[in-house]
Amino acid sequence: MSTKGYTLMRAKGRDRRHLLRGAVAAAGAAVLSGCDRLSHNASFVATLQSAEKLSHAAGRLLAPKSAMAQEFSAADVAPVFRGNGTLSPRDADYVALRKDGFAAYKLSVGGLVESPLELSLEELRALPSRTQITRHDCVEGWSCIGKWKGAPLGALLDRARPTAEARFVVFRCFDSMEGPTLDGRDSRYYESIDLDEARHPQTILAYELNDKPLPVTNGAPIRCRVERQLGYKQAKYVKAIELVASFDAIRGGKGGYWEDEGYEWYGGI
Amino acid sequence: MDTTASAPPLDAAPTAVAARRIYRHRLPVRLMHWINVVCLTILLGSGLNIFNAHPALYWGDDSVTVKPWLSMRAENTPAGPVGKTRFAGTDFTTTGVLGLSEVDGRPAGRAFPSWATIPGPQWLAMARHWHLFFAWLFVINGVAYVLYTIFSRHLTRDLVPTRVELKNIGRSIVDHLKLRHPTGDAATRYNVLQSLTYLIVIFGLLPLVVIAGIAMSPRLDAVFTGWVDLLGGRQSARSLHFLAALGLVIFVVVHVVEVVIAGVWNEMRSMITGWYRVPEDHSKEEVVS
Repeated sequence: MSTKGYTLMRAKGRDRRHLLRGAVAAAGAAVLSGCDRLSHNASFVATLQSAEKLSHAAGRLLAPKSAMAQEFSAADVAPVFRGNGTLSPRDADYVALRKDGFAAYKLSVGGLVESPLELSLEELRALPSRTQITRHDCVEGWSCIGKWKGAPLGALLDRARPTAEARFVVFRCFDSMEGPTLDGRDSRYYESIDLDEARHPQTILAYELNDKPLPVTNGAPIRCRVERQLGYKQAKYVKAIELVASFDAIRGGKGGYWEDEGYEWYGGI
Repeated sequence: MDTTASAPPLDAAPTAVAARRIYRHRLPVRLMHWINVVCLTILLGSGLNIFNAHPALYWGDDSVTVKPWLSMRAENTPAGPVGKTRFAGTDFTTTGVLGLSEVDGRPAGRAFPSWATIPGPQWLAMARHWHLFFAWLFVINGVAYVLYTIFSRHLTRDLVPTRVELKNIGRSIVDHLKLRHPTGDAATRYNVLQSLTYLIVIFGLLPLVVIAGIAMSPRLDAVFTGWVDLLGGRQSARSLHFLAALGLVIFVVVHVVEVVIAGVWNEMRSMITGWYRVPEDHSKEEVVS
Protein backbone atom coordinates (compact mmCIF):
# COMPACT_ATOMS: atom_id res chain seq x y z
CA MET A 1 0.00 0.00 0.00
CA SER A 2 1.30 3.46 -0.83
CA THR A 3 2.31 5.85 1.93
CA LYS A 4 -0.41 8.24 0.86
CA GLY A 5 -3.05 5.52 1.06
CA TYR A 6 -1.75 4.46 4.45
CA THR A 7 -1.84 8.02 5.79
CA LEU A 8 -5.33 8.44 4.45
CA MET A 9 -6.43 5.23 6.12
CA ARG A 10 -4.85 6.31 9.41
CA ALA A 11 -6.61 9.68 9.16
CA LYS A 12 -9.89 7.94 8.40
CA GLY A 13 -9.39 5.65 11.37
CA ARG A 14 -8.68 8.64 13.58
CA ASP A 15 -11.75 10.49 12.32
CA ARG A 16 -13.85 7.44 12.93
CA ARG A 17 -12.48 7.05 16.45
CA HIS A 18 -13.11 10.74 17.13
CA LEU A 19 -16.61 10.42 15.76
CA LEU A 20 -17.23 7.30 17.82
CA ARG A 21 -15.87 8.86 20.99
CA GLY A 22 -17.89 12.02 20.40
CA ALA A 23 -21.02 9.97 19.74
CA VAL A 24 -20.51 7.93 22.92
CA ALA A 25 -19.94 11.07 25.01
CA ALA A 26 -23.01 12.77 23.49
CA ALA A 27 -25.12 9.67 24.03
CA GLY A 28 -23.93 9.47 27.64
CA ALA A 29 -24.77 13.11 28.30
CA ALA A 30 -28.17 12.66 26.66
CA VAL A 31 -28.92 9.62 28.83
CA LEU A 32 -27.97 11.47 32.02
CA SER A 33 -29.92 14.64 31.24
CA GLY A 34 -32.82 12.45 30.16
CA CYS A 35 -32.71 10.71 33.55
CA ASP A 36 -32.71 14.09 35.29
CA ARG A 37 -35.79 15.18 33.36
CA LEU A 38 -37.55 11.88 34.07
CA SER A 39 -36.81 12.32 37.78
CA HIS A 40 -39.21 15.29 37.68
CA ASN A 41 -41.92 13.48 35.73
CA ALA A 42 -44.58 12.39 38.21
CA SER A 43 -45.91 9.42 36.29
CA PHE A 44 -42.41 8.13 35.51
CA VAL A 45 -41.41 8.42 39.17
CA ALA A 46 -44.61 6.60 40.13
CA THR A 47 -43.52 3.78 37.81
CA LEU A 48 -40.10 3.64 39.47
CA GLN A 49 -41.79 3.62 42.88
CA SER A 50 -43.90 0.62 41.92
CA ALA A 51 -40.80 -1.45 42.71
CA GLU A 52 -41.42 -0.69 46.40
CA LYS A 53 -44.47 -3.00 46.40
CA LEU A 54 -42.39 -5.75 44.81
CA SER A 55 -39.62 -5.28 47.39
CA HIS A 56 -42.14 -5.34 50.24
CA ALA A 57 -43.82 -8.48 48.87
CA ALA A 58 -40.43 -10.18 48.41
CA GLY A 59 -39.43 -9.21 51.95
CA ARG A 60 -42.63 -10.67 53.38
CA LEU A 61 -42.28 -13.83 51.31
CA LEU A 62 -38.61 -14.53 52.04
CA ALA A 63 -38.49 -13.23 55.61
CA PRO A 64 -41.93 -13.97 57.11
CA LYS A 65 -43.41 -11.66 59.73
CA SER A 66 -41.88 -13.70 62.54
CA ALA A 67 -38.33 -13.67 61.06
CA MET A 68 -35.90 -12.12 63.51
CA ALA A 69 -33.29 -9.47 62.82
CA GLN A 70 -29.74 -10.51 63.65
CA GLU A 71 -28.69 -9.91 67.25
CA PHE A 72 -25.09 -9.35 68.21
CA SER A 73 -22.88 -9.88 71.24
CA ALA A 74 -21.88 -7.28 73.83
CA ALA A 75 -18.42 -7.12 72.23
CA ASP A 76 -19.94 -5.77 69.01
CA VAL A 77 -21.55 -2.73 70.64
CA ALA A 78 -20.16 0.61 69.41
CA PRO A 79 -18.86 2.75 72.31
CA VAL A 80 -20.87 5.78 71.19
CA PHE A 81 -24.07 5.26 69.26
CA ARG A 82 -24.13 7.60 66.30
CA GLY A 83 -26.86 10.23 66.40
CA ASN A 84 -28.46 11.47 63.20
CA GLY A 85 -31.31 13.75 62.17
CA THR A 86 -32.51 15.83 65.11
CA LEU A 87 -29.91 15.70 67.89
CA SER A 88 -31.58 18.06 70.37
CA PRO A 89 -35.20 19.13 69.79
CA ARG A 90 -35.84 22.84 70.39
CA ASP A 91 -39.61 22.53 70.58
CA ALA A 92 -40.88 24.23 73.74
CA ASP A 93 -42.91 21.28 75.06
CA TYR A 94 -39.90 19.01 74.71
CA VAL A 95 -37.47 21.47 76.30
CA ALA A 96 -39.82 21.84 79.28
CA LEU A 97 -40.10 18.07 79.79
CA ARG A 98 -36.38 17.59 79.42
CA LYS A 99 -35.69 20.15 82.14
CA ASP A 100 -36.95 17.86 84.86
CA GLY A 101 -35.75 14.59 83.45
CA PHE A 102 -39.00 13.73 81.66
CA ALA A 103 -40.79 13.28 85.01
CA ALA A 104 -43.96 14.78 83.53
CA TYR A 105 -43.69 12.79 80.27
CA LYS A 106 -46.75 10.78 79.28
CA LEU A 107 -46.90 8.50 76.27
CA SER A 108 -50.39 8.34 74.87
CA VAL A 109 -51.72 5.44 72.84
CA GLY A 110 -54.88 6.48 71.02
CA GLY A 111 -56.72 6.66 67.75
CA LEU A 112 -58.53 3.52 66.64
CA VAL A 113 -58.26 1.66 69.97
CA GLU A 114 -60.90 0.45 72.41
CA SER A 115 -59.09 1.64 75.52
CA PRO A 116 -56.72 4.56 75.05
CA LEU A 117 -53.68 4.57 77.34
CA GLU A 118 -51.48 7.13 78.97
CA LEU A 119 -48.22 5.90 80.42
CA SER A 120 -45.52 7.69 82.34
CA LEU A 121 -41.89 6.73 81.90
CA GLU A 122 -42.10 4.95 85.28
CA GLU A 123 -45.05 2.89 84.09
CA LEU A 124 -43.29 2.02 80.82
CA ARG A 125 -40.22 0.87 82.73
CA ALA A 126 -42.39 -1.30 84.97
CA LEU A 127 -43.73 -3.26 81.98
CA PRO A 128 -42.09 -6.52 80.88
CA SER A 129 -39.08 -5.53 78.79
CA ARG A 130 -36.92 -6.86 76.01
CA THR A 131 -33.19 -6.23 75.59
CA GLN A 132 -31.56 -6.64 72.19
CA ILE A 133 -28.22 -5.86 70.60
CA THR A 134 -28.95 -4.94 67.01
CA ARG A 135 -27.47 -3.19 64.03
CA HIS A 136 -28.96 0.13 63.01
CA ASP A 137 -28.75 0.69 59.23
CA CYS A 138 -29.11 4.22 57.97
CA VAL A 139 -30.53 4.80 54.49
CA GLU A 140 -27.34 6.79 53.81
CA GLY A 141 -25.27 3.62 54.10
CA TRP A 142 -23.66 3.60 57.56
CA SER A 143 -24.38 1.09 60.34
CA CYS A 144 -24.00 1.14 64.10
CA ILE A 145 -24.55 -1.58 66.72
CA GLY A 146 -26.28 -0.74 69.99
CA LYS A 147 -27.94 -2.44 72.94
CA TRP A 148 -31.55 -1.42 73.40
CA LYS A 149 -33.95 -2.08 76.25
CA GLY A 150 -37.62 -1.27 76.04
CA ALA A 151 -41.23 -2.35 76.26
CA PRO A 152 -42.49 -4.48 73.37
CA LEU A 153 -45.02 -2.46 71.40
CA GLY A 154 -47.16 -5.58 70.88
CA ALA A 155 -47.91 -5.82 74.61
CA LEU A 156 -49.04 -2.19 74.66
CA LEU A 157 -51.30 -2.80 71.68
CA ASP A 158 -52.81 -5.81 73.47
CA ARG A 159 -53.76 -3.49 76.32
CA ALA A 160 -55.08 -0.71 74.10
CA ARG A 161 -56.94 -3.18 71.82
CA PRO A 162 -56.89 -1.74 68.28
CA THR A 163 -60.28 -1.74 66.59
CA ALA A 164 -60.96 -3.83 63.48
CA GLU A 165 -60.35 -0.81 61.22
CA ALA A 166 -56.88 -0.08 62.60
CA ARG A 167 -54.14 -0.91 60.07
CA PHE A 168 -51.16 1.26 60.93
CA VAL A 169 -49.37 2.52 64.01
CA VAL A 170 -48.33 6.17 63.70
CA PHE A 171 -45.56 7.58 65.92
CA ARG A 172 -45.95 11.29 66.64
CA CYS A 173 -42.68 12.90 67.69
CA PHE A 174 -41.64 16.05 69.53
CA ASP A 175 -39.00 17.28 67.13
CA SER A 176 -39.75 19.77 64.37
CA MET A 177 -37.50 19.01 61.44
CA GLU A 178 -37.67 22.52 60.06
CA GLY A 179 -37.66 25.76 62.01
CA PRO A 180 -40.95 27.55 62.64
CA THR A 181 -42.59 27.67 59.23
CA LEU A 182 -44.41 30.79 58.05
CA ASP A 183 -47.36 28.84 56.73
CA GLY A 184 -47.67 27.09 60.07
CA ARG A 185 -47.22 23.70 58.40
CA ASP A 186 -46.28 21.08 60.92
CA SER A 187 -42.78 19.71 60.41
CA ARG A 188 -42.73 17.47 63.47
CA TYR A 189 -41.22 14.08 62.77
CA TYR A 190 -43.61 11.21 62.40
CA GLU A 191 -43.43 7.65 61.20
CA SER A 192 -45.73 4.72 60.64
CA ILE A 193 -45.55 0.92 60.45
CA ASP A 194 -48.13 -1.77 59.80
CA LEU A 195 -49.56 -3.98 62.54
CA ASP A 196 -47.41 -7.00 61.61
CA GLU A 197 -44.30 -4.92 62.13
CA ALA A 198 -45.74 -3.36 65.30
CA ARG A 199 -46.41 -6.79 66.84
CA HIS A 200 -42.98 -8.19 65.90
CA PRO A 201 -41.17 -9.29 69.08
CA GLN A 202 -38.18 -7.02 68.34
CA THR A 203 -40.34 -3.92 67.89
CA ILE A 204 -39.89 -2.14 71.19
CA LEU A 205 -40.31 1.30 72.70
CA ALA A 206 -36.73 1.75 73.87
CA TYR A 207 -35.90 3.79 76.97
CA GLU A 208 -32.35 2.50 77.45
CA LEU A 209 -29.33 2.47 75.16
CA ASN A 210 -26.18 0.60 76.15
CA ASP A 211 -27.44 0.12 79.74
CA LYS A 212 -28.07 3.84 80.29
CA PRO A 213 -31.18 5.98 79.99
CA LEU A 214 -31.65 6.85 76.31
CA PRO A 215 -29.58 9.99 75.55
CA VAL A 216 -31.22 13.02 73.96
CA THR A 217 -29.09 12.56 70.81
CA ASN A 218 -30.69 9.16 70.27
CA GLY A 219 -34.31 10.06 71.02
CA ALA A 220 -34.92 10.48 74.78
CA PRO A 221 -37.11 9.59 76.48
CA ILE A 222 -38.59 7.02 74.04
CA ARG A 223 -37.49 5.81 70.66
CA CYS A 224 -39.11 3.09 68.62
CA ARG A 225 -36.97 0.22 67.35
CA VAL A 226 -38.20 -1.51 64.19
CA GLU A 227 -35.22 -3.74 63.63
CA ARG A 228 -35.97 -5.02 60.14
CA GLN A 229 -36.21 -1.57 58.61
CA LEU A 230 -33.88 1.34 57.93
CA GLY A 231 -32.95 4.06 60.42
CA TYR A 232 -35.54 6.63 59.39
CA LYS A 233 -38.31 4.23 60.48
CA GLN A 234 -36.96 4.25 64.08
CA ALA A 235 -38.88 7.29 65.33
CA LYS A 236 -37.09 9.24 68.08
CA TYR A 237 -38.62 11.54 70.75
CA VAL A 238 -41.93 9.66 70.57
CA LYS A 239 -44.75 11.71 72.03
CA ALA A 240 -47.82 9.75 71.07
CA ILE A 241 -48.85 6.57 69.33
CA GLU A 242 -51.91 6.66 67.17
CA LEU A 243 -53.69 3.78 65.44
CA VAL A 244 -55.15 4.68 62.08
CA ALA A 245 -56.89 3.03 59.15
CA SER A 246 -54.93 5.14 56.66
CA PHE A 247 -52.30 7.88 56.83
CA ASP A 248 -53.60 9.72 53.77
CA ALA A 249 -54.82 12.65 55.85
CA ILE A 250 -51.65 13.01 57.95
CA ARG A 251 -49.29 15.78 56.80
CA GLY A 252 -47.99 14.84 53.32
CA GLY A 253 -50.00 11.62 53.34
CA LYS A 254 -47.04 9.31 52.74
CA GLY A 255 -46.78 7.89 56.25
CA GLY A 256 -43.71 9.66 57.55
CA TYR A 257 -41.60 12.81 57.49
CA TRP A 258 -38.99 11.33 55.12
CA GLU A 259 -41.67 9.52 53.15
CA ASP A 260 -43.23 12.93 52.48
CA GLU A 261 -39.80 13.95 51.16
CA GLY A 262 -39.80 11.07 48.68
CA TYR A 263 -38.33 8.13 50.59
CA GLU A 264 -40.03 4.72 50.52
CA TRP A 265 -42.60 3.94 53.20
CA TYR A 266 -41.30 0.37 53.20
CA GLY A 267 -37.89 0.80 54.77
CA GLY A 268 -36.90 -2.86 54.62
CA ILE A 269 -34.57 -2.38 51.67
CA MET B 1 -29.33 -41.40 -8.66
CA ASP B 2 -29.17 -37.80 -9.58
CA THR B 3 -25.89 -36.35 -8.38
CA THR B 4 -26.15 -32.93 -9.89
CA ALA B 5 -27.83 -31.48 -6.81
CA SER B 6 -24.76 -31.93 -4.69
CA ALA B 7 -22.35 -30.61 -7.31
CA PRO B 8 -21.16 -27.15 -6.41
CA PRO B 9 -22.16 -24.39 -8.78
CA LEU B 10 -19.24 -23.68 -11.01
CA ASP B 11 -18.80 -20.05 -10.10
CA ALA B 12 -18.96 -20.58 -6.36
CA ALA B 13 -15.72 -22.30 -5.46
CA PRO B 14 -13.05 -19.71 -6.31
CA THR B 15 -14.97 -16.72 -4.94
CA ALA B 16 -14.70 -17.73 -1.31
CA VAL B 17 -14.11 -14.02 -0.82
CA ALA B 18 -17.88 -13.56 -0.72
CA ALA B 19 -18.28 -12.99 3.02
CA ARG B 20 -19.70 -15.87 5.02
CA ARG B 21 -22.46 -14.82 7.35
CA ILE B 22 -23.68 -16.74 10.34
CA TYR B 23 -26.65 -16.23 12.62
CA ARG B 24 -24.64 -15.70 15.75
CA HIS B 25 -26.94 -14.39 18.49
CA ARG B 26 -30.52 -15.54 18.84
CA LEU B 27 -33.28 -13.06 19.61
CA PRO B 28 -33.65 -13.79 23.37
CA VAL B 29 -29.91 -13.31 23.92
CA ARG B 30 -29.88 -10.04 21.95
CA LEU B 31 -32.91 -8.73 23.80
CA MET B 32 -31.55 -9.66 27.22
CA HIS B 33 -28.16 -8.21 26.32
CA TRP B 34 -29.62 -4.77 25.60
CA ILE B 35 -31.92 -4.83 28.64
CA ASN B 36 -28.78 -5.56 30.62
CA VAL B 37 -26.98 -2.58 29.06
CA VAL B 38 -29.80 -0.25 30.12
CA CYS B 39 -30.01 -1.78 33.62
CA LEU B 40 -26.28 -1.70 34.31
CA THR B 41 -25.95 1.90 33.09
CA ILE B 42 -28.72 3.09 35.37
CA LEU B 43 -27.67 0.90 38.29
CA LEU B 44 -24.14 2.30 38.08
CA GLY B 45 -25.22 5.94 37.91
CA SER B 46 -27.83 5.66 40.64
CA GLY B 47 -25.50 3.50 42.72
CA LEU B 48 -22.84 6.22 42.66
CA ASN B 49 -25.46 8.78 43.76
CA ILE B 50 -26.40 6.48 46.67
CA PHE B 51 -22.70 6.01 47.52
CA ASN B 52 -22.35 9.81 47.66
CA ALA B 53 -24.80 9.92 50.60
CA HIS B 54 -22.11 8.27 52.74
CA PRO B 55 -18.91 8.25 50.68
CA ALA B 56 -16.94 5.72 52.70
CA LEU B 57 -16.51 1.94 52.62
CA TYR B 58 -15.61 -0.37 55.50
CA TRP B 59 -14.98 -4.00 56.36
CA GLY B 60 -17.13 -5.54 59.07
CA ASP B 61 -20.61 -5.08 60.47
CA ASP B 62 -20.65 -1.44 61.51
CA SER B 63 -19.09 1.77 60.25
CA VAL B 64 -18.43 3.43 63.59
CA THR B 65 -15.75 1.34 65.25
CA VAL B 66 -13.50 0.92 62.20
CA LYS B 67 -11.78 3.28 59.77
CA PRO B 68 -12.92 3.19 56.15
CA TRP B 69 -10.61 1.57 53.58
CA LEU B 70 -11.93 4.02 51.02
CA SER B 71 -13.42 7.46 51.57
CA MET B 72 -13.86 10.73 49.73
CA ARG B 73 -14.26 14.23 51.05
CA ALA B 74 -13.89 17.93 50.26
CA GLU B 75 -11.42 19.93 52.33
CA ASN B 76 -10.78 23.64 52.69
CA THR B 77 -7.18 24.69 52.22
CA PRO B 78 -5.63 28.18 52.09
CA ALA B 79 -5.49 27.73 48.32
CA GLY B 80 -9.21 26.93 48.17
CA PRO B 81 -11.31 23.78 48.43
CA VAL B 82 -9.81 20.50 47.25
CA GLY B 83 -11.16 16.99 46.75
CA LYS B 84 -9.47 14.19 48.68
CA THR B 85 -9.72 10.44 48.30
CA ARG B 86 -8.31 8.29 51.06
CA PHE B 87 -7.42 4.74 50.06
CA ALA B 88 -5.88 2.29 52.53
CA GLY B 89 -4.83 5.12 54.82
CA THR B 90 -3.21 7.36 52.20
CA ASP B 91 -4.71 10.63 50.96
CA PHE B 92 -4.78 11.43 47.26
CA THR B 93 -5.80 14.76 45.81
CA THR B 94 -8.61 14.09 43.37
CA THR B 95 -10.00 17.60 42.91
CA GLY B 96 -12.34 17.90 39.95
CA VAL B 97 -13.38 14.25 39.92
CA LEU B 98 -13.65 12.68 43.37
CA GLY B 99 -14.47 14.55 46.56
CA LEU B 100 -14.91 17.91 44.87
CA SER B 101 -16.21 18.65 41.41
CA GLU B 102 -18.06 21.36 39.58
CA VAL B 103 -21.84 21.51 39.65
CA ASP B 104 -23.25 24.21 37.34
CA GLY B 105 -19.82 25.81 37.11
CA ARG B 106 -19.24 25.98 40.86
CA PRO B 107 -17.08 23.65 42.92
CA ALA B 108 -19.20 21.41 45.12
CA GLY B 109 -18.25 18.82 47.69
CA ARG B 110 -19.47 15.50 46.39
CA ALA B 111 -17.80 12.09 46.12
CA PHE B 112 -18.59 11.16 42.52
CA PRO B 113 -19.17 14.03 40.06
CA SER B 114 -22.65 14.91 38.81
CA TRP B 115 -21.83 13.73 35.27
CA ALA B 116 -21.48 10.19 36.63
CA THR B 117 -24.57 10.01 38.83
CA ILE B 118 -28.28 9.42 38.26
CA PRO B 119 -29.86 11.80 38.94
CA GLY B 120 -27.12 14.41 38.47
CA PRO B 121 -27.90 16.40 41.64
CA GLN B 122 -27.30 14.77 45.04
CA TRP B 123 -30.73 13.23 45.66
CA LEU B 124 -30.69 10.01 47.64
CA ALA B 125 -34.44 9.29 47.63
CA MET B 126 -34.64 9.60 43.83
CA ALA B 127 -31.44 7.63 43.24
CA ARG B 128 -32.92 4.82 45.36
CA HIS B 129 -36.10 4.80 43.24
CA TRP B 130 -34.02 4.42 40.08
CA HIS B 131 -31.70 1.88 41.64
CA LEU B 132 -34.33 -0.41 43.17
CA PHE B 133 -36.61 -0.39 40.10
CA PHE B 134 -33.78 -1.28 37.74
CA ALA B 135 -32.36 -3.76 40.24
CA TRP B 136 -35.59 -5.73 39.91
CA LEU B 137 -35.51 -5.54 36.13
CA PHE B 138 -31.85 -6.58 36.17
CA VAL B 139 -32.51 -9.58 38.46
CA ILE B 140 -35.54 -10.76 36.46
CA ASN B 141 -33.57 -10.37 33.21
CA GLY B 142 -30.58 -12.17 34.72
CA VAL B 143 -32.63 -15.11 35.99
CA ALA B 144 -34.35 -15.37 32.59
CA TYR B 145 -30.94 -15.33 30.91
CA VAL B 146 -29.46 -18.06 33.09
CA LEU B 147 -32.54 -20.26 32.57
CA TYR B 148 -32.34 -19.61 28.83
CA THR B 149 -28.64 -20.46 28.58
CA ILE B 150 -29.26 -23.73 30.40
CA PHE B 151 -32.39 -24.86 28.58
CA SER B 152 -31.34 -23.72 25.10
CA ARG B 153 -27.95 -25.37 25.73
CA HIS B 154 -26.29 -22.02 24.91
CA LEU B 155 -24.33 -22.60 28.11
CA THR B 156 -22.87 -26.01 27.27
CA ARG B 157 -22.58 -25.42 23.54
CA ASP B 158 -21.13 -21.91 23.44
CA LEU B 159 -20.03 -20.73 26.86
CA VAL B 160 -18.26 -23.66 28.46
CA PRO B 161 -14.87 -24.05 26.77
CA THR B 162 -13.80 -27.44 25.46
CA ARG B 163 -10.82 -29.32 26.84
CA VAL B 164 -8.80 -28.52 23.71
CA GLU B 165 -9.63 -24.83 24.01
CA LEU B 166 -8.54 -24.81 27.64
CA LYS B 167 -5.27 -26.51 26.68
CA ASN B 168 -4.57 -23.78 24.14
CA ILE B 169 -5.30 -20.96 26.55
CA GLY B 170 -1.69 -19.75 26.29
CA ARG B 171 -2.09 -19.06 22.59
CA SER B 172 -5.33 -17.24 23.23
CA ILE B 173 -3.62 -15.00 25.79
CA VAL B 174 -0.84 -14.17 23.30
CA ASP B 175 -3.43 -13.46 20.61
CA HIS B 176 -5.29 -11.10 22.92
CA LEU B 177 -2.12 -9.27 23.89
CA LYS B 178 -1.28 -8.81 20.22
CA LEU B 179 -4.88 -7.61 19.66
CA ARG B 180 -5.20 -10.41 17.10
CA HIS B 181 -8.71 -11.72 16.65
CA PRO B 182 -9.67 -15.17 15.41
CA THR B 183 -10.74 -15.52 11.80
CA GLY B 184 -12.49 -18.18 9.77
CA ASP B 185 -14.11 -21.04 11.66
CA ALA B 186 -12.42 -20.00 14.89
CA ALA B 187 -14.35 -16.72 14.78
CA THR B 188 -17.67 -18.52 14.80
CA ARG B 189 -17.07 -19.62 18.40
CA TYR B 190 -16.27 -17.60 21.51
CA ASN B 191 -12.55 -17.87 22.13
CA VAL B 192 -11.43 -19.46 25.38
CA LEU B 193 -10.56 -16.24 27.26
CA GLN B 194 -13.84 -14.77 26.14
CA SER B 195 -15.92 -17.71 27.35
CA LEU B 196 -14.06 -17.87 30.66
CA THR B 197 -14.60 -14.14 31.18
CA TYR B 198 -18.31 -14.47 30.39
CA LEU B 199 -18.61 -17.39 32.82
CA ILE B 200 -16.85 -15.44 35.58
CA VAL B 201 -19.09 -12.42 34.98
CA ILE B 202 -22.34 -14.40 34.66
CA PHE B 203 -21.79 -16.83 37.51
CA GLY B 204 -19.38 -14.80 39.68
CA LEU B 205 -19.60 -11.01 39.51
CA LEU B 206 -23.30 -10.67 38.70
CA PRO B 207 -24.54 -12.99 41.48
CA LEU B 208 -22.09 -11.31 43.88
CA VAL B 209 -23.34 -7.82 43.09
CA VAL B 210 -26.94 -9.00 43.63
CA ILE B 211 -26.29 -10.98 46.83
CA ALA B 212 -24.18 -8.20 48.35
CA GLY B 213 -26.97 -5.77 47.43
CA ILE B 214 -29.58 -7.96 49.08
CA ALA B 215 -27.37 -8.20 52.18
CA MET B 216 -27.88 -4.47 52.69
CA SER B 217 -31.65 -4.94 53.05
CA PRO B 218 -32.50 -5.10 56.77
CA ARG B 219 -35.59 -7.21 56.08
CA LEU B 220 -33.79 -9.72 53.87
CA ASP B 221 -31.01 -9.97 56.45
CA ALA B 222 -33.66 -11.72 58.55
CA VAL B 223 -34.19 -14.55 56.02
CA PHE B 224 -31.61 -16.68 57.85
CA THR B 225 -30.27 -15.09 60.98
CA GLY B 226 -26.65 -14.17 60.49
CA TRP B 227 -26.28 -15.02 56.80
CA VAL B 228 -24.80 -11.58 56.14
CA ASP B 229 -21.79 -12.65 58.23
CA LEU B 230 -20.91 -15.01 55.36
CA LEU B 231 -20.02 -11.85 53.45
CA GLY B 232 -18.23 -10.42 56.48
CA GLY B 233 -21.08 -8.25 57.78
CA ARG B 234 -23.25 -5.51 56.32
CA GLN B 235 -20.51 -2.95 55.74
CA SER B 236 -18.38 -5.63 54.06
CA ALA B 237 -21.39 -6.42 51.89
CA ARG B 238 -21.57 -2.73 50.94
CA SER B 239 -17.86 -2.81 50.02
CA LEU B 240 -18.27 -6.02 48.03
CA HIS B 241 -21.28 -4.54 46.23
CA PHE B 242 -19.12 -1.57 45.22
CA LEU B 243 -16.14 -3.73 44.22
CA ALA B 244 -18.29 -6.12 42.19
CA ALA B 245 -19.77 -3.09 40.42
CA LEU B 246 -16.23 -1.86 39.75
CA GLY B 247 -15.40 -5.30 38.35
CA LEU B 248 -18.40 -5.01 36.04
CA VAL B 249 -17.24 -1.58 34.88
CA ILE B 250 -13.80 -3.00 34.08
CA PHE B 251 -15.44 -5.89 32.23
CA VAL B 252 -17.58 -3.49 30.18
CA VAL B 253 -14.55 -1.35 29.28
CA VAL B 254 -12.58 -4.38 28.08
CA HIS B 255 -15.67 -5.77 26.35
CA VAL B 256 -16.23 -2.52 24.43
CA VAL B 257 -12.54 -2.20 23.53
CA GLU B 258 -12.58 -5.77 22.18
CA VAL B 259 -15.70 -4.96 20.17
CA VAL B 260 -13.95 -1.94 18.66
CA ILE B 261 -10.86 -4.02 17.81
CA ALA B 262 -12.92 -6.85 16.35
CA GLY B 263 -14.98 -4.44 14.25
CA VAL B 264 -17.66 -2.22 15.71
CA TRP B 265 -20.20 -2.49 12.91
CA ASN B 266 -19.97 -6.24 12.46
CA GLU B 267 -20.19 -6.86 16.20
CA MET B 268 -23.00 -4.36 16.69
CA ARG B 269 -24.96 -5.84 13.80
CA SER B 270 -24.59 -9.31 15.25
CA MET B 271 -25.98 -8.14 18.59
CA ILE B 272 -28.84 -6.21 16.92
CA THR B 273 -29.87 -8.39 13.96
CA GLY B 274 -28.10 -11.57 14.98
CA TRP B 275 -26.06 -11.76 11.74
CA TYR B 276 -22.31 -11.84 11.94
CA ARG B 277 -19.89 -11.68 9.04
CA VAL B 278 -17.15 -14.22 9.66
CA PRO B 279 -13.77 -12.54 9.20
CA GLU B 280 -11.87 -14.20 6.36
CA ASP B 281 -9.28 -16.73 7.27
CA HIS B 282 -6.11 -14.94 6.18
CA SER B 283 -3.89 -17.92 6.81
CA LYS B 284 -5.42 -19.75 3.86
CA GLU B 285 -5.52 -16.73 1.63
CA GLU B 286 -3.06 -16.13 -1.16
CA VAL B 287 -0.94 -13.11 -0.52
CA VAL B 288 -1.70 -10.51 -3.15
CA SER B 289 0.33 -7.37 -3.06
